[in-house]
Order: sequence, then structure tokens, then C-alpha cells
Amino acid sequence: MMSTIQTQDDTLYFGDVAFSSRLLTGTGKFASGDIIAPMLAASGSELITVALRRVDPNAKEKDILQYIPKSVRILPNTSGARTAEEAVRIARIAREAGCGDFIKIEVITDMKYLLPDNAGTLRATEILAKEGFIVLPYMMPDITVTKQLHDAGAAAIMPLGAPIGTNRGLEMKPMIKRIIEISKLPVVVDAGIGRPSQAAEAMEMGADAVLVNTAIATSHDPVAAGKAFALAVQAGRMAYLAQLAEEKEYAEASSPLTGFLRS
Amino acid sequence: MSFMSRILELESFDFDGHFQEVTSADVENSLRKDELREQDLFNLLSKTAQDYLEPMARKAQKLTRQHFGNIISLYAPLYISDYCSNACVYCGFNCGVQFPRTKLTIEEIEREAAAIAATGMRHILILTGEAPAQTPISYLEEAVTVMKKYFSSIALEIFPMDEEEYRVLCKAGADSLTVYQETYDREVYKEMHPRGRKADYEYRLLTPERGARAGFRALNIGALFGLGEPRKEACLAALHAHYLEQEFPDVEISLSLPRMTKAKGIIEPKNILSDIDFVQFMLAWRLFMPRLGITISTRESAEFRDRLVHLGATRFSSGSKTGVGEYSLKNHHDATVQFEVTDDRSVDEVADMIRQSGYQPVFKDWELV
Ligand code: SF4
Repeated sequence: MMSTIQTQDDTLYFGDVAFSSRLLTGTGKFASGDIIAPMLAASGSELITVALRRVDPNAKEKDILQYIPKSVRILPNTSGARTAEEAVRIARIAREAGCGDFIKIEVITDMKYLLPDNAGTLRATEILAKEGFIVLPYMMPDITVTKQLHDAGAAAIMPLGAPIGTNRGLEMKPMIKRIIEISKLPVVVDAGIGRPSQAAEAMEMGADAVLVNTAIATSHDPVAAGKAFALAVQAGRMAYLAQLAEEKEYAEASSPLTGFLRS
Repeated sequence: MSFMSRILELESFDFDGHFQEVTSADVENSLRKDELREQDLFNLLSKTAQDYLEPMARKAQKLTRQHFGNIISLYAPLYISDYCSNACVYCGFNCGVQFPRTKLTIEEIEREAAAIAATGMRHILILTGEAPAQTPISYLEEAVTVMKKYFSSIALEIFPMDEEEYRVLCKAGADSLTVYQETYDREVYKEMHPRGRKADYEYRLLTPERGARAGFRALNIGALFGLGEPRKEACLAALHAHYLEQEFPDVEISLSLPRMTKAKGIIEPKNILSDIDFVQFMLAWRLFMPRLGITISTRESAEFRDRLVHLGATRFSSGSKTGVGEYSLKNHHDATVQFEVTDDRSVDEVADMIRQSGYQPVFKDWELV
């Protein structure tokens, strides 16, 4: 029997940029910037999100960007944007500040739960994709919006698992499953993942990557937590590729029960 | 409906009586819940809940880290004018106190701004007394415009204005508004504000709502502890914050617990807020509103502030000067201050303390776009 485990070439692409790690991380909640580099080394994460609002090129102390090793790509985010227009302006500032072409869109008008505004997110995606950005939009899991984001030129779909910082895992599981089914773009589960087991579950389900911020940054040992999440993501991915039986809703049985009807 | 109707509704409510009725079982019950209701806030603010400070603190610390991370934001206050036509009996700037009043020119504001920005600070809070004739909207607009060159977030703690006036200041680049009700108790309010524009309780109470409608992204409110009955004030301030959170979901809401401190020519505080009450109120607020910003000023001592880092605080002022022109133009003994700073450590020292406590001091957390 042929193995379907693609350990050699299981590359993740955002736009035409290739990644071998499927764990995205964040910078926003660490006790100290100094822990970011060792966390990245332990987790193998190749893409880390940074709020542009924290970037201060004229800082007296070390600027947040200086804590990130050159080998790791920066995913600036538009945190703080309340409208599409603000997100667009923040993205342009980020590009000018030398943060590259990647941008994570966050358009949030709900300060209590920090839930994204899909309409604003879509509008910002349309504009920024046209300007050549590699756009990763943070969104409420919604099938129609997923399709619209494809058409708008997004490079990935980033549905939330649960509200930011709640560590409640895959509360949106049924919706995320549908998105994974229809999406031709990589699906990154963003927000809400609090445990490696939840990250593994998202990956088993077929998510292409997960973004973990709070759970790593606020753990007692972010380096160990980064490693634990990396292993969970790898295990989940491997399980998905192995097509574990329960992953297929309409599995083909090896000896079909109704096969005789056609024979 | 505004928050005024809620205040009127609660006017006949027996706060004291209700606080006394809270049992240990009530507190334990509230502590077990994930989402708290008003009754839970009440339970956690009662004297009975003081036996549960440690479990409250643990839960508050966890919630704060979950929502804000291991981060403390820093800001500096800048007094640009101490002219005031009000007679608040608890304030060193009140019009009855004789001292040579100062108002910074735009050039002086720029010098002060540069001195503060040199410490690394990117968040500024502009303060004035209430003297619209001395500090008209055009002056404030110019001040904000100059500040924009140096700071990424500009907050205002100035006299209450109309929505349209706030709009002008938001357009100029201000993004956050602080206004303390001082006391939510209307009787006490009347006594404390005998004359002047500030005597209008309702106009002040509805200021945050006007600010939110005008486009401020963040509102910071609170009571000045030392005037009314503290438990009642803590409860009403939290209900006010909760009301604003529901009504303006796109605005970040913060609460402060300024305690009255001594200044020249003012009354002694009536209801002293003890450290234990202070901590309890903070914790109860955090449990009631997990995403609430909690601001701690330099009115508090260095020692006390060091502890508060772990208990749910999200924002600290630091390196504060509370007299006009004190950052670069005047010596402290030449300045008349609104209140005395208790934690007089420099920005660097406060940032170091935050780091040593296991948190990251954040100097910039906003980008004007
Ligand atoms: S509290 Fe404000 S309004 Fe009242 S006297 Fe002092 S500066 Fe003036």
C-alpha cells in the first residue's frame, strides 16, 4: 500500500512564499521581547505577527522588530483598525516601515470580544490585494465571506477558533470544517487555541496552519510551550495526511456493504 | 436612554443595606461564575468579599494575562494650563486658591513634549483646568496638532465639552478621553462643586457618551475616592463603565481609582480609601469586566504600584509632573501642582520595575493613521 504521508514535500504557500512550518506565532503578549527569539527557535515558527501600533522606529529602547531574527518573516497586523480604510492605511505604513508585503487584516469594532468585522475585512482585502500585498484576513468563520475573500485576492483564510485570548479552542469547529472543505486557499485557524491538543485537532481536521499567540506568550515557559505547539501541529498534520478514518465523513469502506447492488 | 436615567433609577436604592446583606455563599457563588452579572459585582464589592481577596486576585491575574498578556502600557501626563474657574473644594487648582496661574504657549508645549518624548514615552495625556476663556478650543486644537509630532496616542483630560467641539479635537489627532465624575453621589457632588460650569452634574456624567459619539476610541472614567461613600462609588463607576461598553462596543473603556491626596488650600478627604479597599475594587472590576483597562496613576506610592502590576492593572503613568511646565521649564518647587505625586520614579525606573515583575512595559501601543 502506498503511503500518503508526504513528509518530504508538504510545503505551505502564502502567495508564492513557501513555509515548512505550519505554526504561526504572535508577539503581543510576552513578558519580555527577549523571549521571542528562543521561542521562535524552539517552535520552528517562520512567520510571526506584529502589531504595527507597537512598532516604534524611534524607540529609545529596542524596537519590537529588533527582537525577531532575520530568518523569520514578519506578518504585520492591522490591530487597532476599526474600519477597512484604517486597516489599509496601517498596511501601507507597515510596508513603508520595511515590514514587507505580508499583512494580516484585523478590522475590529467590538472591543469586548474583539470579534472581526467581516465586511470591513473583505473591503480591506480587496484594496490591499490589488496593491500587491499578501493578505491574510482574520475573519468570523463564514462560507460566503470565504468565497468573497478568494475572489478579493486573499492569500489565506483565517477564521477564529474562539474569541482572542479565551483559550477555548475550536468553538467554531463546524463552521471551520465547512470552510476547510470549500477553501482553495490555505486555512489558518487564528485565535482561541489554548492548548497543543486543540492545535492538533485543528490540523487533523485539515486546517493548513494555526496561529497561536496568547497560549504561548502567557505560559510560564514560552520556549517549552512553543515547542509543544510545534509538535502538536506536526502530529495533527501528519494525522490529516494519513487520512485517519474519522476524518472522512463518507469514507469508502474496503468491502462496501452495498457493493453487491451494482455487481 | 443615557446613563443619567440609570443614576436616577438607583437613587432610591439602599446600597449600604444591600452590601451588608451579602453572605459568604453569595461571594463564593459569584467567584465560580465565568460571566458576571450586576448582582455579582455587588457581591464582590461587599465587605464580606474581603475574606476572598486571594482567590479574587488569582482569578483577576489570570483574566488580565489572558486578555492583555504580560504587558503594562505607560503614559505621561502633561499639564498645559492651571487656570480654572471652578471651585471644586478638593482641588489645588480651584479658583479660590491664590497662585500665579500659567498657561503654556504652543512653543512651550512643544518643548515639554520633546522632553517627555525623549524618555521614550509615546502616549501622552494633556490636562488643563476648566477655563475655556484661557484655553479655548482653538488653543487645544493647536496643542494637539503639535503633540502629534511627538506622540502616537494623545489623550485629553480637559473640561467637558460639546460633541462638536470634541469632534474638532479628534480630527486634530486626539484619540482618548478621560473624564472623572469625581463623585456619583448627587448630594455630595453639589457640596463639592458649589459654583461654576462644573456644578452641572448631568452635563459631566454624559461627557463620556458625547466623547464616544464624537469619535474618541478610548474612554477613561472613574470616581475620585475621598468624596463619596467608596463602595457605592466603586459600584456606580463600574456600572457606568459597563453601560459604556454595551452602548459603544467599538470604544475601549478604562477605569481609574484616583485617591484624593493633599494639595495647597483644599479640604481633607472625607472617606479615605484604604489599600485593601483599593485592591478589592480593582479585582471586582476585573472579574466583572475582563477586558476593562485599569489605569494606575502616580498618586499611588511606588511600593503599592509594584504590587498592583500583578493584580489586574493595565496602564501606569510614570515620570509624572503635575505642575504646568515642570518637565522642561520649571523646577518642582516653583510649580503649583494639582496634587502631589507619590511615586516620583523616572520613566526608566518604572519600566525596570515592570520588567523585574515579569511584565513588559509598552511605550507605544497606538498608531495615528
Ligand atoms: S478639579 Fe478640575 S475643575 Fe475642579 S478646580 Fe481642579 S482643575 Fe478646576
